[in-house]
Order: sequence, then structure tokens, then C-alpha cells
Amino acid sequence: MQWEAVIGLELHAQLATRTKIFSGASTAYGADANTQACAIDLGMPGVLPVLNERAVRFAIRLGLALDAEVAGRSVFARKNYFYPDLPKGYQISQYEIPVVGTGHLDIDLDDGTSKRIGVTRAHLEEDAGKSLHEGFGAMSGIDLNRAGTPLLEIVSEPDLRSAKEAVAYMKKMHSLVRYLRICDGNMQEGSFRCDANVSVRPLGQDEFGTRTEIKNLNSFRFVERAINYEIERQIELIQDGGSVTQETRLYDPDRGETRAMRGKEEANDYRYFPDPDLLPLEITADLINEVRAELPELPDVRRARFVADYGLPNYDAGVLTASRELADFFEAVAAGCDDAKLAANWVMGDFAGALNRDSLDLATSPVDAEALSGLLRRILDDTISGKIAKEVFEAMWQGEGDADTIISDRGLTQVTDASEIEALVDAAIAGNPQQLEQYRAGKTKLMGFFVGQVMKASGGKANPQQVNEILRRRLDG
Amino acid sequence: MHDRTIAELAAGLSRGDFSSVELTRSVLAAIDQAGDLNAFITVTPEQALVEAEAADARRARGDAGPLTGVPIAHKDIFCTEGVRTSCGSHMLDTFVPPYDAFVVERLRAAGAVMVGKTNMDEFAMGSSNETSWYGPVRNPWDSTAVPGGSSGGSAAAVAARLVPGATGTDTGGSIRQPAALTGICGLKPTYGRVSRYGMVAFASSLDQAGPMATDARDLALMLSAMAGFDPRDSTCVERGVPDYAAALGQQDLAGLRIGLPREYFSAEGVDPGVTRAIEEAVEVFRAAGAEIRDISLPNTELAVPVYYVIAPAEASSNLSRFDGVRYGHRCSDPVDLEDLYKRSRGEGFGEEVKRRIMVGTYALSAGYYDAYYLKAQRVRRMIRDDFARALEEVDVIAAPTAPSTAFALGSKADDPVQMYLSDIFTIAVNLAGLPALSLPAGFSGGRPVGLQLIGHYFDEARLLGAAHGYQQHTDWHSRRPGAEG
Repeated sequence: MQWEAVIGLELHAQLATRTKIFSGASTAYGADANTQACAIDLGMPGVLPVLNERAVRFAIRLGLALDAEVAGRSVFARKNYFYPDLPKGYQISQYEIPVVGTGHLDIDLDDGTSKRIGVTRAHLEEDAGKSLHEGFGAMSGIDLNRAGTPLLEIVSEPDLRSAKEAVAYMKKMHSLVRYLRICDGNMQEGSFRCDANVSVRPLGQDEFGTRTEIKNLNSFRFVERAINYEIERQIELIQDGGSVTQETRLYDPDRGETRAMRGKEEANDYRYFPDPDLLPLEITADLINEVRAELPELPDVRRARFVADYGLPNYDAGVLTASRELADFFEAVAAGCDDAKLAANWVMGDFAGALNRDSLDLATSPVDAEALSGLLRRILDDTISGKIAKEVFEAMWQGEGDADTIISDRGLTQVTDASEIEALVDAAIAGNPQQLEQYRAGKTKLMGFFVGQVMKASGGKANPQQVNEILRRRLDG
Repeated sequence: MHDRTIAELAAGLSRGDFSSVELTRSVLAAIDQAGDLNAFITVTPEQALVEAEAADARRARGDAGPLTGVPIAHKDIFCTEGVRTSCGSHMLDTFVPPYDAFVVERLRAAGAVMVGKTNMDEFAMGSSNETSWYGPVRNPWDSTAVPGGSSGGSAAAVAARLVPGATGTDTGGSIRQPAALTGICGLKPTYGRVSRYGMVAFASSLDQAGPMATDARDLALMLSAMAGFDPRDSTCVERGVPDYAAALGQQDLAGLRIGLPREYFSAEGVDPGVTRAIEEAVEVFRAAGAEIRDISLPNTELAVPVYYVIAPAEASSNLSRFDGVRYGHRCSDPVDLEDLYKRSRGEGFGEEVKRRIMVGTYALSAGYYDAYYLKAQRVRRMIRDDFARALEEVDVIAAPTAPSTAFALGSKADDPVQMYLSDIFTIAVNLAGLPALSLPAGFSGGRPVGLQLIGHYFDEARLLGAAHGYQQHTDWHSRRPGAEG
């Protein structure tokens, strides 16, 4: 039987606000335990939550970017359960009425087509603290620095049909939240995490199968592996005559498998009710317009513009708009050298390769957009060849200065003086009579051999186009 | 020296008849002698004298306000930086907050001197002050009777003239009912008038802090200091604070439209002596030119059941933070997390608190939420609408504060429903979020009777003016226990 997987993702994006969602404590990562938890984060008696306006603005940004309804009125509820890292004994989260309603996100499929994935909702909530299980003997330590950090939980429709699609969707959303500057996207620090709902059904069947939820996946690779494992597990289970139990599972990356959480941990009745300490959140049309005005050009729009205005292939435009920083960088290089295709080739080629090789990013790159466009200008004005440019780029990367300095210091200026090149050509022909004879006998492929000889003799500096022309004249003439 | 009103004491201080230090010593000595009342959980003599000295210095600089140097007490539900805040519970017996409640900040800024923290029903859950872990408070009028609750300690301390004023909180009547039972005045302001910041939460949508004192003028003086916007409480309303004391004289009883809700006068189980006293009080208003009207609040009988769904539901969530993990009572040698929770909470909370946590948890549970919590919220809106309609026709609603006078200690302690019914006349006001005050209006069987006045939203000035007008025609508010009955 042919099976089809049905997948929906719940993505948790930690909002990049300076302070927490309901208190003035800092959200900076990595501080000493409990140094960034104030009386409100600690759930002290009598203290009250006050909503962070910036977190609301960030939620609106995402809502607009997903072409979703932004609710004029949304409600914070209390999700009640006991856990040591949950100081109040409840989490404040939007439940029945979220701030962001139905929207969508388009993803690219391998076959070059795109697919629209529905977004059910996105809601604001506070994060919990962390339990520390090492270094406290038989006890556990509690670090409440993370308690009260603002999260936006983005829930997709069950529109994804493979682990690959799920990862494409997650990557696209990851790119979008960073584009909007509402989340730093740092997955190692837990700023962007995923819960995956997975079920399978015979291909062609309309009803959904029973789903399981895999919690807390914090890398794209784990999402792909966990979903694939889970799909296989469910299919095998059903084929062996069993049935899937609706449950919460955890992914063990060491074993590469998912495991059911203990029943007790999910037997909670959360007793949601509207938080009486917070009034309903009212968002005016004015505020929405204000946030709309501060939105950057969205990635899909920018990608289309790159194709239309710069004549880039759709794929290249997609790569270049995957992050706002890269797109900005590319546009700066393209403007600086006035040749978008050359800029695109270099940014995606040598430049991206060097970043990758040295584990750097745009912020830490030794070559900035201005420097790179300076190099490309020298290619375009024939000062150097593309080949020499690679050598200059490497020297720039090593910090030897800008392109012009390196070209001049190393004497790499291209030889374009025709008489000089003619001399080199004549010497090459004279030195290789045997090849000349073969060429004239019809083995015209040897053209490349002669070009190589001339370039070699020039130290790579001879203008390749001129070399070609002069050689052809001499050999064929 | 100290057993006078706030206004009189402030005048004495300003004339230089006595200093705040002398006054505070006198209050501390009186508290010391009245230990049998059990009105205080914590007395803070050293801190009080430091504050009194500062108040005297401030007065010497010519910088004194109407409360500067006047000793007051805070209900032990308000967090006080550096001073244990128990909320009447074993759970918080060792809890010393690192911050002040807004109300505490404001009264301190006005120059009031805090002499201690008053006894209360545990987590403000009770109507007799018998659920306090620190033992019951006795009614100064009769030591075998309760003072009412939950602000029983504040009420008894003011009634016994230990302090001229004290703070209280009112979730279902916890200021007004003890004020009535001890023959003093107490005001529950409009929900949102006074910040709840730093006030240990019982039922967040109902809790409101207010003043307790012997007359309307003192309530006005205290409320002017306590009210105001606080960005730390999202339910606090940003709205100007009138000078309530200055507004007192501008009120005229002539032409004041007073509504008498017939449901409050026909309720079963009301002490006839209470009804008689209230009817006599109404005649005083009528004689002074007020227009008395018959009105109806048709959903009155639903208030108690609605309250006992909503308040416990909110409480069950609010009290989850007392888990033995970060502060408060923690059981000894927990074997695991569940044991830590069960025993810390089992040992830390008293019976009534546990009962309400269980009721509230049940009301919010899957499958019951719609039938209980949601339905209660709908009925709550109906009750609010009843008041809105009634207040279109009248300026003030008058009713008994409580169905009986102070009852005997222990007489209702084993019957929660009977205890809950002592709040039948006060609870609806909290559900509607309206302001209301209770003022002494005579006696029945030698025990004080309280008259309740309910007003429009943010119309505290009119309520205080009406009470003040009444007190110009009567002297019930100056009767004190021990002197006569």
C-alpha cells in the first residue's frame, strides 16, 4: 500500500525584545543563573504582569508578513500546571483568541514548483525557566533567567506531506522571523524550536490518521530525522496490525529514534481561563499601519524583484534572499560594481565559499561589500582577469588590503599591450613547432594549449581575450 | 492621646500639641495592652518610631500632608519591604518581601506611620477572621463574638481605637462586613481605583484595597493617598484622583436619590434588628431631604453562587505559586517533587483555603468549565447590568452591609455555607466592580449594625459625601466599645 504522511508544525520563536514579555528583566542569553529574574519572573506574591508592547509589535510584524488577520482583540489565558521551573504555577499564553489568525507561507519544492502552507495561528506566550539536573546532588537546580521570555508560537495547518517539506517550511519561517528582526533564530540557544505533529494514512484517504506530537526539536536535521523515523514507525505499526496511539514523543538524537513520554507528564488538565491580571489586548488599525510602515521588503517580494530587475535566475534570487543581511550585502556589491550577475556569482561563489570554509558570517567577514565590489570593478575594467581576481580575493580575505593595493603590490595588472602579447604569442609558436604542425593539420583543439603557454609565460596576467585573438590571427593567418 | 480621628490627630500634630513620635508611642502602648484582641500579626515598633521621627522632621520643614505623622496599620496581605507578610497563613509565616505594595508606598509617601500588620482570614478567605493561622481576632464590642472578615484585624484595631485608620482588602465584602460588625467605616473603591500591585492576590478580578477608619472624612483622607494610577497593575485605571476630603462638604443630602433594592430587604434570614436599624437610617436621609426610591436588583440571589465559582477559580490559580520551591513553607525532607508539592501545600494551607482551591480547580476542569466558570461569568454580567440599570434612576443604593450583627466565635466555623451567606449583601458589588462603603447605623442587641451605600463607578466622592452627611446628623460613628453599647 502507498502511504502518505500528514505533518503540521508548531514553531516557537523567541522574540528579540530586550526585556521580558511581562517584566522589565533582561532577556540576554547566558547570564549567571537567576541573575535576570525579577520579582515578577520569580512569581512572588502580589506582583503583576504588564505586557511588553514591543512583543506585540513583533507579533503584528509576523502576522502582516504571513498575510494573516491581526486580531483587534485577543486574550491572554492562564495554562495551569505545576512544575518547578514554572514559578507561578501557570503559564500566561493566548489560548482561545490569538493575536495572529489564519495566514500562509509559500515554500519551494524540489521540482521547482512552490506550495502554499496554511498557518492556523500565532500566539504570544511566556517561556518557562530551566531545571538543572547536574551539580545539585539528589536535588534539581532551577534557573529562572529564561522565565518570562517572550515566545511566538506559530502553528501550521497539517499541509506538509514529507519531512523534506516540513524542513523547507521551517527554514522558510526561520528565514522570515530573522528577516523581520523579531527573532535571532539561534537554534542552539533555543531561540527557534519545533514541535512536529505527524500522522500517516493510505494515499487517497481523506481522513487523517491518529497523530503523535514530537516535542522540542531544535535543529533542521533533527526535525527531518525525527519525522522520517516517526513516519516509518507508524507505517510499520499499522502494517503489523497495530494502531497509533495519540501521544507526545521525544526525539533521541543519539539513537535516532522517538520515544513516548511517560503518560503522567501529559495527563495534565491545564484548566485554561482568561488571566484576570491582564486586560484583553486591543490592537488598533493605527498600530497595525504603523507596524506595516516599518516592515522591510519581504523575502518573496525581494526575490521576485531580483529576478525582474537584475535578471537573476529564480534559484539564485532565492539563495540571495534567504537572509536579509545576505540580500542587503548582494545589493550593495551589485550597486558598487554595477553588474548584478557578476556580483551574484561572486557572492554565492567564492565569497560564500570562503565564509563557509572559515565558519564566518556576514557580520564577521573580513571582506565587506565595498571591498568586494572594488575587486569586481577591476575585473570589469579589465585590470585583472577573473582568474587573477580569485588570487586577489584570497589576499583580501587574508587581510592584505583592498583589491587595488594587492594588484599593484603584486604586479598583477593585466597585460593589454598588444605588442607585448604578440611577442609572447610569437615565442610560444616558435617554441612548439610540433604542435604548430599538428594544429595546421587540423587539430584545432590545440588552440587551448597555445593559450595556456602564453598565459603561463605572462604569469597569468595577459588579457585572455587578446591572447585568443592574436593567437588565432597568427595560427590561422 | 491617640484615640481620635485622623483629621483630629493631624490637626493636633500641626498645632504641635504632640509629636508623631509621642503619638506613635501612645499607639504602640495601646496595641501592647490590647493583645487579647489578637488584632495584629506583627507589630513594628522600631520601624514605626523611625518613620515617626522622619514625619516630625518633615513637619518641621513645613512639608507635611494630611496624613504626615499619623499612625496606621496595614492588613497583612500588603507586601512590606523587610517586614514579614504572612497573609494570615502558615504558608507565608517566614515570608519577608523585598518590595512594598503600591498602597504601602503611597501611604508612606503621604507620611503615615506604619505600626504593624493586622490579622486576617487566611489569604483573605473567610468572613469571621477565624481561618487565620495566627488565631481568631476578637470583636472589641464583645470578646465572644467575631469581628467579621477577612479584614478582621484592621476592623478590630480601628474599632478599639488602637489606630485611627487601617488598610483592608475587599473581594466579597472583606472591608465592609468587618467594618459593619465592629461599628466602623470601610470603603471598597471601584475596581481599578487602587493598584493591586504588591497585594497578595486572592481573586484578581474582584480584589480591591480600601481604607478603614471611624468616619467618612478619614476614609476620604486615606483614599486620596491610596488611589491613583500605577503602571505595574494593568487593571488599574488611569484617571485623576479628586481631593475626596475637600469634596465632602460639597455634597448635600437634599435631593440625593437613594434606591432601596427590595431583594435586599426581603431576603430570608436577615436579623430584624438589622432591618430596623437600616430603616431608621434611611429615615435620617429622608428627613435630610433625600429622595428614597424602591428599586430592584433581580439577580441578587445568584450573586453568592456566582461568586463561589469565580473567586475560588481565580484563587486556585493564584495560589499555585505557593509550591515550596522558591519561598514560603517547604516540607522537611521531600522524597521527590510530588511529595514536595503535596506536603508543602498540605501543611502550609488551612482548611478553608484548601476547600476553595479544590472548588476552584473543579470549576475550571475540562468538562466543567463551561457549566461553571463560563456560566458564572455570564451571570456576573447580568448582575452588573442590574446595577447599571438601577443606577440610572438613583445616585446611591442603600442596603444592610451584613444580614446579622457580629456572631459568636465558632458559631459558623463548621458550616461554610452559613459563613458564605454572611456576605450576601456585599458580594454582588465586587462582581459588578462598583464602589461601596459601610458605615455604622445603630445597634441591635448591643452590637453594631452597618449601613451599606453603593455608588456609580468612580463615584467614591458621592458615597463619601453621603456618608459624611449622615454622620452630621448621627453619632453612631463616635460610639466606641467599652463606653456603652
